[in-house]
Amino acid sequence: MFSYVLRRLAATIPVMIIVAVLVFLMLRLTPSDPAAIIAGDNANAEQVAEIRKRLGLDQPILTQFIIWSAKTLHGDLGESFFFKKQVADLILDRLEPTLSLAFFTIVLAVLIAIPLGVLAAYRHGGWLDRIVMGFSVLGFSVPVFVIGYLLIYVFAIELNWLPVQGYQRLSQGIGGWLERLILPSVTLSVIYVALIARITRTSVLEVMNEDYIRTARAKGQTEGRVLTRHALANAAVPIVTVIGLGVALLIGGVVVTESVYTIPGLGRLTVDAVLARDYPTIQAVILLFSLAYVLINLLVDVTYTFFDPRIRY
Amino acid sequence: MSIEALPAEIAEPAPGARRRPGTVRLLLGNWSVVIGAGIVLVLALIGALAPVLGTTDPSEINPVFRNKKPGAERTIRTDDGKEVTFVHRFGTDTLGRDVYSRVVYGARVSLIIGVTVAALSVAIGLAIGLVAGYIRWLDGIIMRLMDGLMAIPAILLAMGVVSLSRAGLVAVVIAIVIPEIPRVVRLVRAIVLSIREEPYVEAAITVGTPTPTLLVRHVLPNTVAPLIVQGTFICASAILIEAILSFLGIGIPPETPTWGNIMAEGRSLFRIFPHNIFYPGVFLAVAVLAINMLGDGLRDTLDPRFAKRV
Repeated sequence: MFSYVLRRLAATIPVMIIVAVLVFLMLRLTPSDPAAIIAGDNANAEQVAEIRKRLGLDQPILTQFIIWSAKTLHGDLGESFFFKKQVADLILDRLEPTLSLAFFTIVLAVLIAIPLGVLAAYRHGGWLDRIVMGFSVLGFSVPVFVIGYLLIYVFAIELNWLPVQGYQRLSQGIGGWLERLILPSVTLSVIYVALIARITRTSVLEVMNEDYIRTARAKGQTEGRVLTRHALANAAVPIVTVIGLGVALLIGGVVVTESVYTIPGLGRLTVDAVLARDYPTIQAVILLFSLAYVLINLLVDVTYTFFDPRIRY
Repeated sequence: MSIEALPAEIAEPAPGARRRPGTVRLLLGNWSVVIGAGIVLVLALIGALAPVLGTTDPSEINPVFRNKKPGAERTIRTDDGKEVTFVHRFGTDTLGRDVYSRVVYGARVSLIIGVTVAALSVAIGLAIGLVAGYIRWLDGIIMRLMDGLMAIPAILLAMGVVSLSRAGLVAVVIAIVIPEIPRVVRLVRAIVLSIREEPYVEAAITVGTPTPTLLVRHVLPNTVAPLIVQGTFICASAILIEAILSFLGIGIPPETPTWGNIMAEGRSLFRIFPHNIFYPGVFLAVAVLAINMLGDGLRDTLDPRFAKRV
């Protein structure tokens, strides 16, 4: 088991190297000269050359890549062109809102989607099944920001139950923090619920005809126990896989949701960085989100042994 | 030869042996395809007929008539002194542009982007996938590159690509195509790998068919159905991503009427004038929903082997 985790971890290294090369090349492919951007409009040629030298932009591209990779591995992500701060500090500053939002969204989505999916499979062809399937097609089609504004309109403007936008740090009180996270998490969880409910329904439906379900019923287990302990437990592997793959959707959604609710997180930082053509920040954020995505899916692979003890590595 | 010349037993299929219905029949029998295609057709017509659907110039700025509620009437005095009343069905935005006209013209941009992105991703992905599946020594390199691209969440990759050049239709299309390519490549490669083991492909190799002919004549036809399905889903996701990019202000320049741009424009005064976000939002959602339904239906009818995939 431990050696498997190590092997899988080692297998993610080439993927991350390729991501790093792509992200690195992206900066070098830009038509604009980063040194000129940093120097500003009033700089003369010598100042630009000086900055270029300081950033190592006068070195051959391979040397630049090695230096950049070494720095990145040490947590030195360079200096933001736009915010004039260390990118690493910038990211640390924006981490809390994004992690809070992602955490609530995943918890909410799993708590809503899995029971819905199981019930839809149990009442296969019934009205609940139709609603769940209809909702899942709808969830994939309605854009995150439309859902966001709809919820703001109904719950914040018309009903006045929740704050419209903004974010409050956890250190300033848990109530305000929670209150401002409810609408964004619900917004972001819609597409995730659609995804998870759909796969839960499909995979539970597949195991419902198995012999062990009949056996469990024959020995007099309650339907609830049959559904959870026998059906859901055996359908878990595809569900966890989709939860892992769905993180890519979640990350895309974070970018949009943070913009709709003006949450100062990593997603908002990405949009600001793209608008300002702040390449060091863009690189760092893409690298970080990709690493998170790859590691979460590694974690998902590892949990297979827990959900299905037949799988041995 | 006329029908009458055939013996009756041959012209009439035997009662027990039912003929497999034709593809068109199958498609028309699938309500998901019919409804989806119907809505897409209506939207395409709306986009194509935009100038005659009671619209004005979608970019015409009117500072006097800013931020009007849906249904507001504006009286225009023409040069010869006649008065014409124009109804802003969906209201006007912060620059006084007619939201209805912008939404109608927006259908053009969205559908063009969806179709272009789908065609480009499928074409490029097909070429790379055929190469990866057939030229073994290139397979490892190509697939590792694709793994790397897949590891970057699609919207982030698109945002990164957009940041490289000045915003515009071409940049946006390229930015959306790049994240979609690896998915097509994987699909094509998987099909090629399974097809190349088929006896008829081995037979073709035995008789000395050159590789390009082999790929075009024997492998390519097997990829058509799955690629039509995949292309439909790509079309839906491209429309969504374009709207997201425009909404975030990093897509197509704001003066172009796209659904995302209209919504981006409506953000600042959303509390007072929610219609600027809701009208384009409804069109966007309906368009994506219809294309997804079409895709689901196509998958069930054309590509039953892959129908079980979520």
